[in-house]
This record gives sequence, C-alpha cells and structure tokens, in this order.
Amino acid sequence: MDIIGSSVHRIESVEKVTGEARYTHDIKMEGMLYARILTSPYPHAKILSIDTSRAKELPGVFAVLTGEEIPYKVGLYMVDKPVLAQGKARYQGEPVAAVAAVTEEIAREAVKLIRVEYEPVQPVFDPVEALKPDAPLVHEKLGEYSYVKGVFFPEPGTNVASHIKIRKGNVFEGFAKADRIIENDFYLPQVNHVPLETHSSIARWGKNGEIEIWTSAQSPFAVRNLLSVSLGISPAKIRVHVPYVGGGFGGKAGIHLEPLVACLSKAADNRPVKIVATREEEFNTLPVRQGLKAHIKTGVTKEGRIVAEEINYYWDAGSYADYGVNIGRAGAYAGAGPYDIDNVSIDSYTIYTNHVFGTAYRGFGHLEVLWAIERQMDIAAHELGMDPYDFRMKNLLRPGSITITGEKINENTGSVIKCLEAAAKEIGWGKPKTEEELEEEKNTGRVRGKGLAVLHKAPAMPTNTGCAAILKFNDDGTINLLVSGVDYGQGTYTTLAMVAAEQMKMPVEKIKVVYDNDTDMMPYDWQTVASRFTFMGGNAVIRAADDLINQMKDVASRVLRAPKEELEIGNERIYIKHNPDEYLTYRQVALGYTYPNGNAIGGPLIGRGMYIAQGLTNLDPKTGQGLPAIDWTYGAHGVEIEIDTNTGDIRVLKIVSAFDVGKVLNKELCEEQVVGGVLQGLGAAICEQYLYRDGVLLTRTFTDYKVPTSMDVPDEIFPIFIETPQLDGPFGARGVAEHPMISVPSAIGNAVYNATGVNIYEVPMTPEKVYFALKNRA
Amino acid sequence: MKDIILKVNGRKYNLRIDESMTLLKVLREELELTGTKEGCGEGECGACTVLMDGKAVNSCLVLACEAEGHDITTIEGLADGELLSDIQEAFIEHQAFQCGFCTPGMIMTIKGFLDENPNPTEDEIEEAIAGNLCRCTGYKPIVAAVKDLVERRGNDGYNR
Ligand code: FES
Ligand code: FES
Repeated sequence: MDIIGSSVHRIESVEKVTGEARYTHDIKMEGMLYARILTSPYPHAKILSIDTSRAKELPGVFAVLTGEEIPYKVGLYMVDKPVLAQGKARYQGEPVAAVAAVTEEIAREAVKLIRVEYEPVQPVFDPVEALKPDAPLVHEKLGEYSYVKGVFFPEPGTNVASHIKIRKGNVFEGFAKADRIIENDFYLPQVNHVPLETHSSIARWGKNGEIEIWTSAQSPFAVRNLLSVSLGISPAKIRVHVPYVGGGFGGKAGIHLEPLVACLSKAADNRPVKIVATREEEFNTLPVRQGLKAHIKTGVTKEGRIVAEEINYYWDAGSYADYGVNIGRAGAYAGAGPYDIDNVSIDSYTIYTNHVFGTAYRGFGHLEVLWAIERQMDIAAHELGMDPYDFRMKNLLRPGSITITGEKINENTGSVIKCLEAAAKEIGWGKPKTEEELEEEKNTGRVRGKGLAVLHKAPAMPTNTGCAAILKFNDDGTINLLVSGVDYGQGTYTTLAMVAAEQMKMPVEKIKVVYDNDTDMMPYDWQTVASRFTFMGGNAVIRAADDLINQMKDVASRVLRAPKEELEIGNERIYIKHNPDEYLTYRQVALGYTYPNGNAIGGPLIGRGMYIAQGLTNLDPKTGQGLPAIDWTYGAHGVEIEIDTNTGDIRVLKIVSAFDVGKVLNKELCEEQVVGGVLQGLGAAICEQYLYRDGVLLTRTFTDYKVPTSMDVPDEIFPIFIETPQLDGPFGARGVAEHPMISVPSAIGNAVYNATGVNIYEVPMTPEKVYFALKNRA
Repeated sequence: MKDIILKVNGRKYNLRIDESMTLLKVLREELELTGTKEGCGEGECGACTVLMDGKAVNSCLVLACEAEGHDITTIEGLADGELLSDIQEAFIEHQAFQCGFCTPGMIMTIKGFLDENPNPTEDEIEEAIAGNLCRCTGYKPIVAAVKDLVERRGNDGYNR
C-alpha cells in the first residue's frame, strides 16, 4: 500500500485558492428571479390573516406565496414542517410568506408590503416545562403526522416528538449494590453550525412538470427524495445538482430552502428562483443544534465500578423535529458513553418548544450527551477520591463488554482504552506541578489544569443505508470516479480517489472525481452525514474497482490467451503473473481492445460497486436492544488549560486528541479534520450559545454570536491515530469527521475542576460563568 | 443611477450602477467575479476581502462609487494564468482550506498584510487574520502556510 496512508492534497485545491470553485451562491441563470421571505416576529402566534395584495402589485414581483397556497409538509424522520407557516407560527424567525421578484431589492420591498395579522398564544421554551400536562402544545396535530414508525415514538397530545428508551439489566438492583450514588444535572444551549456559505438554493419548475434544483446541500438524493415525498412527484422528475458547498456540519443535511424556491418557481411563470439566506436568517430561520438538559444518576462501588446508571435526556428540539428525533435516538443508544455498565436505563425525549428548530450538527447529539457523561464521570471519581483516569480505566468498554443496546465488543471494534492511554500520556497526566509553577500561579492568578474525556460515535442512519460508485475509463486509461456523496471540504473525494488508485494500482493523479453532483447522472448515495461517506463510499469504490478489474481481466485473458486467474494488475498493466512481459496496458482495454487486423473486443469498461449497511436492526421499542451501528469510532482528549482567576478567562494551551480510526487513509486530511473539529468543539465549550429574550433570538449576528477566531486557537493541537483495523472498513478504516469535536467541552470542563476545584455543569464556559463559579466557591 | 469607471485586476470597466450598491455586489453581480464571497454582508466575517490600493478592505462595507479611482484587486487577479501566486501555492502546500469559502478573502487579507509587513511573527499573523472567520480549518494550517511562505520569501527573496 503506497497511496493509502500517504498525504495527498485535495484534488480541488487549485479551484479553491483561485476563486474558481463555484458555489450555489455564485450561480446566476438566464431569467432568474430572487426570493425573500417574511418571518414571524412572535415565537408562537396564530396567523389570523395575510394580505399580500400590495406586494403582488409591486412592479417586478412575480409571485407571492403563503402557507395557504402551498400546503406541503417536509421531514426526513418526522414529517412535521410546513414549507411556509400554516395556521400558526411556531418560532420567531419562521417563514410566513415569500416573494419572488426580478431583483433582490424589489423582493425585499415587496416583503415589507405584506400585512400579517397575528394572535400571539402562550409559548413554551424550556423542554422540561414543555413536558408538563398543562404546557401549551406546539403541535396540536402530532397524532396525524407521518413518521418512521417503529423507529420513533411520538406521544400525541403532548410536546414529545419521540421518546426513546434503553433498558439494560435492572437499575434498581444495580443501585442497591452501589456504595455511593451521584446525581447531577447538566445543560447545553442551542448553537449554530455557522457554515461560511449560508444556505442557498435555486429551483426551476418546468412547464413539463419537472423540477431542477441547484443547492448548497449535503445530500442531493435526500433532497430529491424528500421533495418527491412532500410534493407527491416522482423522483425521476426531480433533478438535484450540488455544486461546491461552503461548509455543512450537518446543517445542510436533509432538506431546507429547496421546496420553497421550487414552489415559488412554479408560481412565477416557471422562471428559476434563487434564495440566499442572510446571515441573520442563517441564525434565526434555518435550523440549529438542539439544546439539551440532562439528569444523570450514577451508582458506584467504593472500588470504583459503575453498577447502575439512570439517565434522562430532554432535548430542546425547537419547533420542528423533522430531523431532531433521530438525534434523540442516537443520543440514547450512545447515551451512557463508551462504558461497560451492567444496569442502565435511559429515557431520551425529543421535545417541541417554541425555539428555532434543531437538526443534525457535527457529532449528532454525542457532544451533548458526552458533556453530561464525561463531567459526571469526573465528578464520580472525585467523590470516590479516585483519579479520573483510573476510574475510567476500570469502567471503559473492552473486548467482551456488552454495550447498552446489547452489542458485543470484540478485538476489532476499536479501543477507547488505547485512545485514553495515548491522550493521557501525551498531555502528561498525573505529573504534579513544581514548586515554582505553584508559586507562579499564586502570583499571577493564572492557574493551570488538565482534563481528560473519552468519546464514541457511530453513524446514525437507517438500517438499509446504501451507497453506490461508478468507475469509467477514459480513452487514455485514466478513470472518472462517480459518487454522489458531497465533499464540502472534508476531503472525502480525495480519499476516495486514493482508495480507487490503490485498488486499481495506478497513480492517484489519474483518477478524476467528478465534482458536478447531479442526481440524474450520479449513482445513488443516501446522505453525506454521520462520518459514513469514507466508510461506505470507500467500500463501494473498492467494489467498483474490483468489478472493473474483473472486466479488464476478461478482455486481457482473451488477448493474452491466459486464464483469468493467472492475470495480475500493476503499473497500469494487466499482465501474466509468471511472465510480466506479456501484458496489456489499461489504455488498451479502456474503450475496447483492437487487434492489429481491426477486430475489436470488450468495449468501454464501467466498474460498478455498491455497499449497504449490514446487519443493522431497529431497536426494540421497550428496551432499545438491537444493533444500531456499523462502526464505532472511539476517541479521547487530554487538555491543558490556563484560567485567569481574575477574569474567568480560559486559555487552552494544548489539546491531545486520540482516535481509533482503524486505518489512516490520508494522514494530512485526517489531521486537518482533528484540528478543525477541535476548534469547533472549543467554540461550543467556551463561547457559542443561542440567547433568547421571551422567545426572540438575541444572537443573530457575528457580533452577538461569537465563533472562534484565529486568536482563540490553542497553542498546540496534537492528533494521535490508533489503528485497530475495522474488518469491514475500506482498508480497515472508520469515519472520523465528527469525532474531533465531541467531548472537547467535557475535557475542558474537567480541566477547570482540576485547576480550581470548581465544577461547571453548563456550557459555554464563558469568562463570566467561570468567574462567578470561582467567586461563589470563595 | 450613476456612471462609474472601476479598475479591477488591472482592467477598466464602465458601469452604470445604483449608488447604494456595494463593491461586493458590483464585483459579484455586475462583473461576475464571484471568487469574492459574501459571508455576512456586515463587515464581520472577512469572506468579501479585496485589496483597494493594496490594502485589505471588506468589500461589503465599501460602496462601489467610493471604489472609483482606486486599484481593486480580487482573488481572480492573483494568479498569472495557471501560474499561481506564492500565497496560493503555500495554501495548497499546507492545505489551508477545507470548504474553501473563506479562502479567497483569507488570501487577500494575507496578501495585503504581507505586503505591508513582510516579516511578521506568529502572533502578528494570527492577529492579521482575526477578522476572517474560517469554520473548517481551525486556522492552524493557514498560519502555518503564512509562516512557511514568509520563510521562503526570505530565503530566495522571491515574491510573486
Ligand atoms: S461579507 Fe463582508 S465581512 Fe462578511
Ligand atoms: S475553509 Fe471552510 S470556512 Fe474556511
């Protein structure tokens, strides 16, 4: 293996540094109209009437739509979200009406001319409050919505969009064996993905009834499928293009502005209609990461074994749970962390509130639950007077352990223990501070601390998730690789080119990954989410390559008059094993082999490969038992921080992040995932949060919603990769796109305790929060 | 409406534009130079950075009319055909981008900065790009690219 494991630069590098890469933002079409939306100023209000007459009269306006004209609902798992509010608005920022006009300015003017009469009704903002019997209902007709049955469990007549239960062993008996019981509450607010390119979509609804879309989406086929279901149109009549995408992080998974522009196009004489979300809309109208309240009760023996754990997760799904219910599910089956515990009970409620609605975000619920779990583990260790490292080591999953859903861990599952060992060693865990250091801390008020935290995550996806790849030869023996997952910067296309090159035994430069993602032309892929693209796409590409090689050998065996079994490939040749001088080049078979007399055989060769998740099951509705995960990637962080006790300011000096990736396919890209993910985790840990006043979002600009800048980067970010091969992964690899972000907040929270003896239960750990926590201790 | 002459990447353009139009909008919509990106439209993300007489500015905050009489350089003006500028090459060498959406603005900021301060410290580099948000890379590869570039320029006295 000389390509796999090396560092190959992104294949689209030149396009990206020259400004030639074209994003949906950059696309302009003949006759294109521009859309703007009117949003609700209230978090919860009946819509009594909408008067669009003046807007419609404005010259240059082609269409004005309200929810009444387009009664469609969309949703991946829970079909609960109207394209435009129908009957009532459920969050401040929800689109209520939309305009398409010849210029953006006219569209904006027209929006101002729309009159809406609202009747505000009682809102609910806190997920736990929303569970009370007398809480206002966000969705009165929850019982009528369609959803994926047997996987999600809505409770009509309440605000519970789904309730997932995990039961392993018997917690009552478990707690009876405990010497100590530790019980705590944890909290995380909603946060935003902040892709630099805001959501943008263009649609043209043709007079032939076919819809063509260009969009900043993570998953072209999911857009096609969801649009098809929502509008009742065959997917064959919908064509989705995804050009370059300026960041996704989960926020562009599923479907977003596409149905709206499609409907506007239909209403606007079938002209193409484009929408580009403003940054304010990105914060206030498009979805966010859900908030979480967690209650955890842990029973431990004095020897430091966890014997029982009872957990309640209350997810603030916001106003719609079309995607969020699956976070509640993933957060449940991964909800006890990578620990071996005999008795576990988890109740995970995805709860409607009148906040901006939630969706997937890098880590898919795992950063949230592991904030709670990993803080809880440290607190438990301290209460027992144990070192948090030793306490974890006693309880982590290992070969032979049974997970909370009944999956048996084996030698090839990956090792969280090795990750923690590596992270702890590199961060210098357990090394006491020197006299000088302590003296210095006293003088400056800047104290240092170290923290550890582990993590795990598997892709959260349907049991039948599939993916296909095509390899087709060009005249000169180079190959075009076609897949429909999206590379929005993570580098998967480059990795897949490497996988193809390795398998085809040819230079990676000769594999061209086709960037024009188009559902009419590309083979199917479910979605580009959940760190699954390299795993599933990689497997599909390997199979496509094998298929192609088989066809090449077919041709070569006839020409070389040798049995197929005796043929080998290498150096872009198909040759006879024992006589390498007898060969055909790839070029000679690419489009069909031609004999000297003009006869030809073979034909243009196309390799196809597919992969479908294997062995996954739905989880038992009562106990959560089953197999939800194709591959678990484990990891651990070790951090060293410095807190200025005078200001509460946290500075991360060093963070070590170890992951069991199975096999490093592209070293540079792997490391970059870690560095980028760690900083995003740091944002969630220290500065990012949604703040509302009476349900109205306050954090709608970069002035109010702070994301990390170059000034916030830790002095050192140190990635470590453990390679316990995943037997069914491409070359043994597992996904690692989301994981770097998970448990970064917990590791920092644990370091805060290590430095100061103060426990923080809520993120973000802003200077203010830390300062007051320190002050209250004193 | 106003008639202006804009000089962008060494070429002159006669334009009739609405006086309220930003330079960003004129570059992207009128001149179809879409390499310059819009990330916020409010001067808070740096995605729209271009050079005006060699100085980095947020083109979303500059009115196109104000740009008249100044030399504007955008990302499209950096490479000479297929020959990339050394900043672009350093970005590739260090893979200082992922999605690439912040990249044009980031590169223009760095160009303006290095032209003024050819020998910066690491802290100065971090400070220089603090107004350019990047959500993907964690900034480290960007800073590494600039450091390396500074070193290489110093070594061969070469500045493309
Ligand atoms: S678009 Fe100009 S600073 Fe963000
Ligand atoms: S590379 Fe995506 S925002 Fe910087």
